[in-house]
Amino acid sequence: MIPLSWYLIVAAAIFCIGIYGVLARKNAVGILMGIELMLNAVILNLVAFWRYLTPSLIGGQAFAVIVFAVAASEAAVGLALIISIYRRHSTVVADEINMLKW
Amino acid sequence: MTIAQIIFIAISAITVIASILVVASRNLVHAALWLVLSLAGVAVLFVLLQASFLAVVQVVIYIGAIAILIIFAVMLTRRVMRETKPQVNRYWWIGALAALLLFVTLVVILNQVPSAASSVSELPLPEEDLLSMLGTALVDVDGFVLPFEVASVLLLAALIGSLVIARPIKLDAEEGDEA
Amino acid sequence: MFGEAHMHDQWIFVAFFLPIGFIAAAVPIIAARILGPRKPNPVKLSTYECGVETVGDTWVQFKVQYYVFALIFVIFDVEAVFLFPWAVAYNQLQLYMVLEGVLFILILAAGLFYVWRKGALEWS
Repeated sequence: MIPLSWYLIVAAAIFCIGIYGVLARKNAVGILMGIELMLNAVILNLVAFWRYLTPSLIGGQAFAVIVFAVAASEAAVGLALIISIYRRHSTVVADEINMLKW
Repeated sequence: MTIAQIIFIAISAITVIASILVVASRNLVHAALWLVLSLAGVAVLFVLLQASFLAVVQVVIYIGAIAILIIFAVMLTRRVMRETKPQVNRYWWIGALAALLLFVTLVVILNQVPSAASSVSELPLPEEDLLSMLGTALVDVDGFVLPFEVASVLLLAALIGSLVIARPIKLDAEEGDEA
Repeated sequence: MFGEAHMHDQWIFVAFFLPIGFIAAAVPIIAARILGPRKPNPVKLSTYECGVETVGDTWVQFKVQYYVFALIFVIFDVEAVFLFPWAVAYNQLQLYMVLEGVLFILILAAGLFYVWRKGALEWS
C-alpha cells in the first residue's frame, strides 16, 4: 500500500518546482507554466486527502473539479493578457513589463 | 514493495523529472511538451488514487486544452525570445533557494504531523457509483450547487474577458501595429 | 491493490494498450531508420514546400485568431466536464436539479451568443 505521505511529498516537490519556475523564469508564458504546475500539485493534494481521509464524502472530488475550472479560466485570461501585452509592447519578458511602475 | 508502490515510484519520478525540465528547458515549446508529460504523470497518479473521472478530466482539460493553449501562446509570442539567451532572471538562485527551503520545510512538517498524514492505507470507497454521486452533489442544494453555478459565471467572465483582451488589434483602431 | 481490483481492472487495459500504442508508432519510424537507404544530398535535404523555395524561418508567427479559437474551446471543454457527471446522474435527479444544470448551460450559452455576435467565430 502507498502511504498518504508519499503523495504529499510528490505534490510538494511539484509545487516547489512550480514556485522556482514562477520566480526564476523571464518569459511570462514560462511563469504561467510554473503556475500550472503549482495548481496541479494542489489538485493532487486535494485528491490524495479525499482518497485517504474522506472517501465517502464526494466533496473532495467536487472541490477538485472546481479547481480545474479555475485553472482553465486563469490560463485563458493570463495568456490573453500576455498576448495583448506582446502585441502592444513586443515583449513577453516579465521584467520589461513595467508600465505601472513609478 | 507491492506492484502499486513500484508503479507509484516510477510514475512520480517521471512526473518530477518532467516538471524540472518544464522550468529548466530553454526552448519554451519543449518546456510546454514536458509540461504535457508532467500532467500525464499526475493523471496516472489520479488513477492510482482511484479517481478515474478526475484522471480523465486531467487529460481532457489540462493536456487537451490548457497545454494546447500554452503552446499556442508560445507560438504567438516566440519571435522576441531567442533561445540562446538565458531564460532565467538575475535572482534565479534566490528562487531556487526559496523553492528548496519550502520543500524541506514541507517534508519536515509532514514527518511531524501526528495522525492524518501518516495514514498508510486508503479507506474503502463507497458502494455507489462515484460519478453519479458527484453529479448529484454538484446540483444538490445541500451539496455544491452554488460553486457549480458560480463556476459557470466564472467561465463566462473568463470567456468574455479574455476575448476582449486578446481580440485582434485592428478592431481597436490601431492598425499597422501588427506587422 | 488487489482488494479493490474491480476499480483498477478497467485501467489494466489502458496499461496494456499504452505500450502497444507506443510500439505501433515507434516500429515504422525505427524500421524506416534501419531499412531505408540513406544517400543524402543537399537537394534531398532541403525542405519540401509544394515544390517552391521555402520562405523564412520554420518557427513562424501564428495568427491571434488561433488563440481565440483555442480559448473558446477551453471554456466549453470545461463546461462539458461539469455537465458530464450531471448527465450521468440524470436518472437520480429531481426536476429542480435538472433545471440547475440547464441554468448552467444557459449562462454559458450567453457567452457563446456574445462570441458569435462579436464575430470571433469567423475566420478573417
